[in-house]
Amino acid sequence: MTDRAIVAAAPERPPLRVRLALRDIDAVTLLALPAVLFVVALFVYPFLYGLILSFKPKAGGWIANYHKFFSDPFLYDTIGTTFRLAIPATLINVLISIPVAMRIRHVQRRRGLTTILVVPITLGTVLIAQGLLTYLGPQGWFNRTLALFGIGQLRLVHNYIGVMLSLIMSGFPFTFLLTLSYITGIDPSLEQAASTLGAPPRARFWHIIMPLLAQGLAINLCLSFVQTFSVFPSAVLLGAPAGETRVISIAAYQAAYEQYDYSMASAVAMIMGFSQLLVVMLILAGRSLVYRGAVGGGKG
Amino acid sequence: MAIAARDFRELRLDGMSRTFGTVNALKGVTLSVKRGEFVALLGPSGCGKSTALNCLAGLLTLSDGSIWLDSTRIDRRKPEERGFGMVFQNYALFPHMSVRKNIGFGLAMQGMSKSDIGRKVTEALSIVRLGDQGDKLPGQLSGGQQQRVAIARAITIEPPLVLMDEPLSNLDAKLRLEMRAEIRRIHDLIGSATIYVTHDQEEALSLADRIVVMRDGMVRQVGTPQELYASPAHADVAEFMGYRNLVKSHATRSGNAVNVTIGGASLAGTPIGNAADGTAVVAIRPDDLKTQRGGPVAVTVESAQYHGRNFYCSGRTGDGTELYFMTDGQVIKGDSVRLAADPARVLVYPGPAS
Repeated sequence: MTDRAIVAAAPERPPLRVRLALRDIDAVTLLALPAVLFVVALFVYPFLYGLILSFKPKAGGWIANYHKFFSDPFLYDTIGTTFRLAIPATLINVLISIPVAMRIRHVQRRRGLTTILVVPITLGTVLIAQGLLTYLGPQGWFNRTLALFGIGQLRLVHNYIGVMLSLIMSGFPFTFLLTLSYITGIDPSLEQAASTLGAPPRARFWHIIMPLLAQGLAINLCLSFVQTFSVFPSAVLLGAPAGETRVISIAAYQAAYEQYDYSMASAVAMIMGFSQLLVVMLILAGRSLVYRGAVGGGKG
Repeated sequence: MAIAARDFRELRLDGMSRTFGTVNALKGVTLSVKRGEFVALLGPSGCGKSTALNCLAGLLTLSDGSIWLDSTRIDRRKPEERGFGMVFQNYALFPHMSVRKNIGFGLAMQGMSKSDIGRKVTEALSIVRLGDQGDKLPGQLSGGQQQRVAIARAITIEPPLVLMDEPLSNLDAKLRLEMRAEIRRIHDLIGSATIYVTHDQEEALSLADRIVVMRDGMVRQVGTPQELYASPAHADVAEFMGYRNLVKSHATRSGNAVNVTIGGASLAGTPIGNAADGTAVVAIRPDDLKTQRGGPVAVTVESAQYHGRNFYCSGRTGDGTELYFMTDGQVIKGDSVRLAADPARVLVYPGPAS
């Protein structure tokens, strides 16, 4: 009698499979497994390994590497140097991509134009560096042409400008393609509607395009920043790797392969990672201030 | 501060043309619209009606011809300089702005003060009966509400002309009827001229003061709904006006009347245009073709749809001609019935050969 009462009172529990399905977990979820393994093996494990390694210095206490980095200006200055390159390069790339994409979205056959802009990606930074060295170097065409007009030599390589030029050449195609896809995703009838309501092109850009683009620009800034922050080949080849373009990745490289101090190199890499994370988080925090919904004007 | 259309007497399109590459989308459309008039551009898809509307709004430039608002030529003006209100098919509401911001956008562009904009927007919201929805984003509204916002946004700038591009095509049947009445009410209230593009003859007939039927980039016929409904000037206009039975036939003229043959039977009709002896196209509405004991045309019923008060049927004559007709009584597939029609409701157009 009592047993039956308990059975009747207990709410009927749906089988496990149903309960999992309600949380969107079913057999298809297993398809995510390879990706998870991949991320764990190639990202999570090396990251944790490096993090732990950075706290096992060759000499001194567990925090000695970080102490050394932040007490030696030759090391901690690399953070500032990297930011001085990465932030302007990112801003230039993203800001220039907006007007270019605004114009090109109306071009009917844009494949040719896009190809030209994308070629630098396929070339790689080393080839770009090689080209810039010959073209902009002291004996290059550019300076010879200047000399022809009686203008003195301009130093454009083996310094800050050289690295900046290379970052723009290799970074711009990425930012441009991203911006173009965000802009073409905005329903053109929105701009038309704004124009029938009396908005001239400038007002349409600031009131309609920019608010709807802001979300995409934030992502674009993040990706572009991370890319330029880890600059290495062009900083060495086109810059002054011992001076004004001694970026943080050079410090890490020297620790690892010149001093064979993997623990110190790991510490530098961690500092580099957290500096990037800080900027990315700032950008993403700013993202919450802008509109984040659909960019279409109708029922979809 | 009541919202009322800016005053003008007449909008005139003079040979308005537009080509896309080698395609002539619009071939010399000439038309004039008076203040307060509701004009529907009616036609099948690809007839150029939307092109015409976009040309009027300034979103497309003309290849030839001109547009005049009274004595001012406006076809070279940019859309933002024309001041026409436009309601888009997909509403085109700014998704990042609240309903109030959307509606006030045109006024803000004119540099009106915040308090004046606020008052006008409140009035526009009450006109479209959305008083309490002002602070929502467009994405939080239903389709019908979004439609109302789009209309409110277009009329707050007090345009002399409101352009509507198939505004009801995204709504369900019930809402469509409701919004149809709303659109006409708002039009009468603000007194603008409205040009309304649609492919739905019922919408055009019930809304418009005047209907412009277009086909292949040209105006085929202009007239009041009554004129177009009762006497379409061409067979293709008739087709669009619900004359579902369009039968190639042979006509024999006798005085003012004309006799045509359908399915081997002879039927008296009314000649339109220069229809005379010879090949002809006969147009009859399904509701004018009724079952009648001893009627001239014999058909075998192929399908019968129950429409409440009557049945909407299709049948085939002995020589294979398909005819649509109405009947009060129950019929089923395979029945043999006889049909008849009032000669005034049997329109005979000159055949394709003539």
